[in-house]
Amino acid sequence: MRHRALLTILLGASLLSAPAWAQSLRIALASEPTAVDPHYHDLTPNNALAAHIFDSLVRQDEMQKLHPGLAKSWENDGKNRWTFKLREGVTFSNGKPFTAEDVIFTFCRTLKNETKVSDSFADITGNFASVEAPDAHTLVINTSNPEPLMPNLLSALGILSASTVEHGAISYDVPKNCGVTGPWPTVNGFNDGSLAIGTGPYKLKSYVRGSAIELERNASYWGPAEPWATVRLLPVTNAGPRLAGLLAGDYDVIENPAARDLGRIKDDKRFGHVITPSTRVMYFQLDVARDQSPFVKSEDGKNPLKDARVRKAMSLAIDRDAIVKRIMDGAAEPAYQFLPTGMFGTLPNPPKLAYDPAAAKKLMAEAGYAKGFQLTLSATNDRYINDSQITQAVAQYLTQIGIKTEVDAMTRAIYFPRRAKKEFSVALGGWGSGTGEAASFLRQWPPTPNDAKTLGGSNYGGYKNDEFDKVIRAAVTTLDDAKRAELLQEAAKLVLADGAFIPLHFESGIWAFKSNLTVTGRADQYMLAMSVKPVAN
Amino acid sequence: MTAYILQRLIQSVLVLLAVSVVVFFAVYGIGDPIELLVSPQVSQAERLALIKRLGLDLPVWQQYLTFMGNALKGDLGRSFVHGVSAIELILARAPATFELVLLAMSMAIAVGVPLGLLAGLDPESRPSRIIMAGTVLGYSLPSFWKGMMLILLFAVLLGWLPTAGRGETVTVLGIQTSLFTLDGLRHLILPALNLAIPILALVIRLVAAGAAEAMTQDYVKYARAKGVRAKRIIGRHVLRNILIPVVTVLGIEFGSLVAFSTITETVFAWPGMGKLLIDSVYQLDRPVVVAYVLLATLLFVTVNFLVDILYAALDPRVKLTGEMA
Repeated sequence: MRHRALLTILLGASLLSAPAWAQSLRIALASEPTAVDPHYHDLTPNNALAAHIFDSLVRQDEMQKLHPGLAKSWENDGKNRWTFKLREGVTFSNGKPFTAEDVIFTFCRTLKNETKVSDSFADITGNFASVEAPDAHTLVINTSNPEPLMPNLLSALGILSASTVEHGAISYDVPKNCGVTGPWPTVNGFNDGSLAIGTGPYKLKSYVRGSAIELERNASYWGPAEPWATVRLLPVTNAGPRLAGLLAGDYDVIENPAARDLGRIKDDKRFGHVITPSTRVMYFQLDVARDQSPFVKSEDGKNPLKDARVRKAMSLAIDRDAIVKRIMDGAAEPAYQFLPTGMFGTLPNPPKLAYDPAAAKKLMAEAGYAKGFQLTLSATNDRYINDSQITQAVAQYLTQIGIKTEVDAMTRAIYFPRRAKKEFSVALGGWGSGTGEAASFLRQWPPTPNDAKTLGGSNYGGYKNDEFDKVIRAAVTTLDDAKRAELLQEAAKLVLADGAFIPLHFESGIWAFKSNLTVTGRADQYMLAMSVKPVAN
Repeated sequence: MTAYILQRLIQSVLVLLAVSVVVFFAVYGIGDPIELLVSPQVSQAERLALIKRLGLDLPVWQQYLTFMGNALKGDLGRSFVHGVSAIELILARAPATFELVLLAMSMAIAVGVPLGLLAGLDPESRPSRIIMAGTVLGYSLPSFWKGMMLILLFAVLLGWLPTAGRGETVTVLGIQTSLFTLDGLRHLILPALNLAIPILALVIRLVAAGAAEAMTQDYVKYARAKGVRAKRIIGRHVLRNILIPVVTVLGIEFGSLVAFSTITETVFAWPGMGKLLIDSVYQLDRPVVVAYVLLATLLFVTVNFLVDILYAALDPRVKLTGEMA
């Protein structure tokens, strides 16, 4: 009797939810966007949410390859002039047509953005010497310095509608306020929906911080219509309840369940999952500059990390395959360079960083550290997938070749400020390439810093290789793609040979979902409703 | 009475001041929020602009004085992360937490007092022993694990209740609440139960111990000898006497549940204040953390004050005078 009652309830529930399901999609997010404003804070969840509502001129696909977005095509004159042909017949969700004026307005807004936390857009537009619109659907940008990554950089910039502010004739004249007469858009205007006007596949219905974000299909979208009339994005930051919610049928798709819990759904026909390698590389950054390093203690009183042989030995001591298999539960790929092979500017066949403790010990002896030394690895314990466990494993491997290694793992709120103050000897790092090409890592971490910190901004280990500096400086201003790719490969080879950065693996993104859906995993780890489609039956 | 209230007020202000100093400098001491807020790719110029915008370029004592100056005008600063006023951010989350705690407390009292009386009046009986053993379990199970088990049982296996999140809300007296919708209540039950279990255990133990002790007191024996009915003895005399410790403990528990039901809110993805606090600590969002702890302190001070007044109502021997505090 009780069973029958239960069955009735279950059947009733499934009957009730079936018609609703076909049109609506519920997604549990691992981390919550902090605002709807696409230019508020350069964070993965914020950028992913913005991509639903706002289009950019250039679109990145799931492998971060570039495709036409609001721009149909673009070309560069071999110097600083870029011409973008804009798509015609596109309207914003408030019915206003999309023109070059909206793009110029958006560029200006990145420089007049008073309420933002931090983004790199002002750095991009700060390089624009002039922006002109010969006609309503052509845009000509002249930069002050050569910027080979213009299309990549613009792929992150959501285009706003100039109709959301009071304005006269819009022109890229920043000192004259670009022709805008009313107040510039603020973050609150986006959050309450009044300024959340884009050309994207979805419109914002409501945004309740901490609770839910509701999107609805944009009927006037220029691309193919999305299958979902409404999408609910629900922040469930804890991995356990997120998976439980999928099992209980509360969510259709969940972002990043713990890899170790995948066994729970692997053999269950009701669910599917997809593991996609991301561009996020995990690595150790070594203090190679100072004679005395804070967390190194050696018998001769020197800093052994300055010796390239010691660094090589440390890399040889690590069994990357075992870490991927045992600690990452297969949801990672061993890294032999700083961006997955096949992406722009990567080495086509990077030499495998093999596990060879015997060779490592020999190198240690050659360097005069046959007896080893003492070392502490510093790491976060709440930022990357299994960050402290990975570091523990590496400490074990290093101890096996005689380096008595300890681990100091801490919360990111303490770790990142300390690392910036160069308080560590060996620091765990993680870096995802927003532009999807090799310069992202290579310009940020290994170069000798320049004054503006646009190169080497995160060179906490004091790595310095004049030849590398020359190559990377040339690479970031080379507009010819083939030549730039060659330079980036050369730069990567130089950094790998010096061993001041020891790559471990590339994190994978995981998505789990009901089996009547398909989800395309993305290398940039964005959770997009556009990646979710119903299975045709 | 007036002298007492005045003294309490002065004390409260001093407490708030001390807490503001401790929290402000503690969060400052943890680390530099800029490292968490700014992407490393951002140029030095942009970075410095943000530091200036947030006022972090000033020496810390000057930052504190600025904060206090604004606080006296009722402005506790803007969140570094969300860019809106910290108070606004916290208060927007308050209804969700209050409805959760209210339901949890009601559950604990409604079930705890009768069960406690049952166990206290006849401690040797079988049901009493089971109840008392249960309270040990209820109090000692970790909240995180218990929450996961509740989800597993009621949401995943039985499918009766939703796993997490807040349900549909309606506006009552200008406050968004999910207490008055069916969907809202369904979402509330599990997290409220998770919060209620340890308090329930506490209430049972307090009531049981109090009742057992009271039954041996002379006034109960006298009442019995006089022939007063058992129901009246318990309801009128025993219960009234044992409620004082219960009210004290519930008062303190109420404060700490409202301010720090962090774990339950995290497990059940409940958009309340506790979750905001933990997120803000992780982000070193100092304005929110400081404002939060100050509000929580204010709450504790107020609750303690109300508890003292309730004492006087429950126990005629208690007099509220200036010297007593």
